[in-house]
Amino acid sequence: MILPLDLILLGFALIAAVTATWVKDLLSAVVLLGAFSFFMCLIWTEMGAVDVAFTEAAVGAGVSTTFFVAAVYNTTRRTKD
Amino acid sequence: MIQHQEDIIIQTVCRILIPFMQVYGLYVLAHGHGSPGGGFQGGCIFAASFILMPIAFDLAAFKKRFAEKRIILLCSLGVFIYAGIGWLCLLLGGNFLDYGELSAILPVDPVMARYYGIAIIETGVQITVMAVMVSIFINLITGGRHKEETQENYD
Repeated sequence: MILPLDLILLGFALIAAVTATWVKDLLSAVVLLGAFSFFMCLIWTEMGAVDVAFTEAAVGAGVSTTFFVAAVYNTTRRTKD
Repeated sequence: MIQHQEDIIIQTVCRILIPFMQVYGLYVLAHGHGSPGGGFQGGCIFAASFILMPIAFDLAAFKKRFAEKRIILLCSLGVFIYAGIGWLCLLLGGNFLDYGELSAILPVDPVMARYYGIAIIETGVQITVMAVMVSIFINLITGGRHKEETQENYD
């Protein structure tokens, strides 16, 4: 476990998460959530929890992103508020 | 509504990628004992390979191949395999999911019977996870109209 690398990856994950709540375009928010999942996956790999990281990469970044894209496909792409 | 259009790059990439994703899902399942992986992750990768098909190609043909009845049958089949192995161990005199007792019916010693028991229940987990993920995706993309054959909403 390397602390500076942890902090850098955590910063990227924080930026992706905050930006996902901030953007108006819902498809961009979905892609940013996928990026957040990949940064969490990198953090867990770096901390030694490879099984959790694998699950995060398969479910969080892979399948759930397509679920969100399918949900956006059936609704509007812009937020109203 | 986003317009559907044929894209040769996406179709070619999916055609090349899908078999490798499926083999990788089976690899993750088969090496789940000793390395990271197992039924859940392998099932998710397997489901992702099936989800790529309607994204790149035809949704109607995919819906016909993965009909609702067949998906529900696959969901139940995985749970049946898992619970069936557990109850088989119970019937053979051990605890629930005590794979060592399977050596009475498998031609191996108890250590290898544990190995094969875990492999069989992970196969059940993979089948259920794959079927549930595909079912959730189809119901999301069609707005809950998996069973109906009408196409006017996504053409």
